[in-house]
Amino acid sequence: MSNPKGRFGIHGGQYIPETLMNAIIELEQAYEHYKNDGEFNRELTQLLDEYAGRPSRLYYAEKMTKDLGGAKIYLKREDLNHTGSHKINNVLGQALLAKKMGKTRLIAETGAGQHGVATATAAALMNMECVIFMGKEDTERQALNVYRMKLLGADVVPVTTGTATLKDAVSEAMREWTKRIDDTHYCLGSVMGPHPFPTIVRDFQAVISRETKAQILEREGRLPDAVIACVGGGSNAIGSFYHFIPDESVKLIGCEAAGRGIDTFETAATVNTGKLGIFHGMKSYFCQDKYGQIAPVYSISAGLDYPGVGPEHANLHDIGRAEYVPVTDEEAVCAFEYLSKVEGIIPAIESAHAVAHAIKIAPTMDKDKIIVITVSGRGDKDCAQIARYRGVDIHE
Amino acid sequence: MSKIKSAFENGKAFIPFITCGDPDLETTEKVVRAAAENGADLIELGIPFSDPTAEGPVIQGANMRALANGTTTDKIFDMVKNIRRDINIPMVFMTYANVVFSYGAERFISICNQIGIDGLILPDLPFEEKDEFLPICRKYDVDLISLIAPTSAGRIEMISREAEGFIYIVSSLGVTGTRSEISTDLETLVSMVRQNTDVPCAIGFGISTPEQAKKMAGIADGAIVGSAVVKIIEEYGRASAKHVGEFVKSMKQAIS
Repeated sequence: MSNPKGRFGIHGGQYIPETLMNAIIELEQAYEHYKNDGEFNRELTQLLDEYAGRPSRLYYAEKMTKDLGGAKIYLKREDLNHTGSHKINNVLGQALLAKKMGKTRLIAETGAGQHGVATATAAALMNMECVIFMGKEDTERQALNVYRMKLLGADVVPVTTGTATLKDAVSEAMREWTKRIDDTHYCLGSVMGPHPFPTIVRDFQAVISRETKAQILEREGRLPDAVIACVGGGSNAIGSFYHFIPDESVKLIGCEAAGRGIDTFETAATVNTGKLGIFHGMKSYFCQDKYGQIAPVYSISAGLDYPGVGPEHANLHDIGRAEYVPVTDEEAVCAFEYLSKVEGIIPAIESAHAVAHAIKIAPTMDKDKIIVITVSGRGDKDCAQIARYRGVDIHE
Repeated sequence: MSKIKSAFENGKAFIPFITCGDPDLETTEKVVRAAAENGADLIELGIPFSDPTAEGPVIQGANMRALANGTTTDKIFDMVKNIRRDINIPMVFMTYANVVFSYGAERFISICNQIGIDGLILPDLPFEEKDEFLPICRKYDVDLISLIAPTSAGRIEMISREAEGFIYIVSSLGVTGTRSEISTDLETLVSMVRQNTDVPCAIGFGISTPEQAKKMAGIADGAIVGSAVVKIIEEYGRASAKHVGEFVKSMKQAIS
């Protein structure tokens, strides 16, 4: 899908400081070598299966299906992975790669804390130093995850610059990487940033759609009609879509965080409200003003609260292969509560954006149609915040 | 021939960096004049960006202050037009790729040419991506400045051979900001650059004192000072022109 300079259509590229170029080239070369290395792949598969708990289940949500009265709904249960989200898939791959490259230290950004927890976990497992950059506002929204990261041995650096959210955590992790390159790997958490990250992260997350495809063929004997996933940077979505991209009959739907609505400034729906730009190492769509200043985006979900989208998603949008729809805070919170009550599954507030869209479209589809929703993470981390949203004050 | 070359014809070049609009554009204009009158050979004008990923805390702060008071690319163009009525030393813009891209690269770069901006420094545009803007820069005679870092091993020849205007040698790893010590082997770095090009080299990142500037200018053709200038502006605000002028004078004397 990508050419040698890491382009997806017009998107992607390597817009980074000269200081990082050799590190990025070294990473690209190492990845090109190890991705086809038998020993590397055996080790990674063993980690994914025995440590992370793969394959993740494809669960038939029978009660939800009956309640909505339309398409048959399956949930791809990435929330059941070790550390509670899909983030571990990418992190185990990158940490193993970094180890093979002789790196002894991992740094990463995190929004909701899921990627930070996954990175801290892999660092603990592989005896690596770990520093996580997290927007100060997010450290407050996701205090439990900050504690988890520290428990796992990571240093958590609260980022106070800019809007003190995910984009600033990415900027600060990039700054840290330019300071210390020799022993440090930047374990980027989404399909964004400079090439080769969008490709590496996509490949490590593609396990989701590889499994989904085999599982649905076994259960139903056919492909689904739609695959739905939430999109911030877009790692669980691209992982959920990837092996279905050639199957034109499968509708691919990414759910963006609309915050208080795409007609307000308090939104993070990049494809729906952004325009083409160059930021954080890539050309893609970004929420920005007319002078190219990156917009202070907003979503109830710290993990989707990012002003850009991965370059492969931008291209899937351009070529019409995937559709990107906005989902508001209120819709996501309702879906968070709905899935908890109806199926006994508390989804991450990020994943609840995908659930919300399924709730909208399933009743409009025939009963012989099939929808797969990726539940990218579990929602324990979000309970206190959702309670507050509903006016209940919980002390964690 | 690039006008930038003239900046290196008056002994070693002293190149101050100023964030436009910090604390406001009227002050920036005064500061630029003071720097030019006190011996600056070339001035780097920073167009503020919301997320300056190559900057340390000092210049990040200046970017935020400038944007908070409503500084825009168009207002900066107007300020440069005013300055160009009587200031003739070369001036370049330092900003981020998205500021140029979102304005419309051709529109942005053609205006640079009209208002007398001689070059463009984009820290997030490495050699591999320079075709994004280079053909347009060539069309409008605006030099696209190349950067070389301590980690550029194996890339120096490729970058230097195609360099124009001057080469910005990044003294240290990390982001912009003052440093008590610069440990990179810059002599070797500069000599490798000089084997491949006659384009002058200026060293930046971490230089704040006359002693450091003297040492760096001894190695290369000039010294670039950003954070130390921005700190003076942060301290003295609207009254900073005189103080920046004195600082520029002391730095230029030190390297002469």
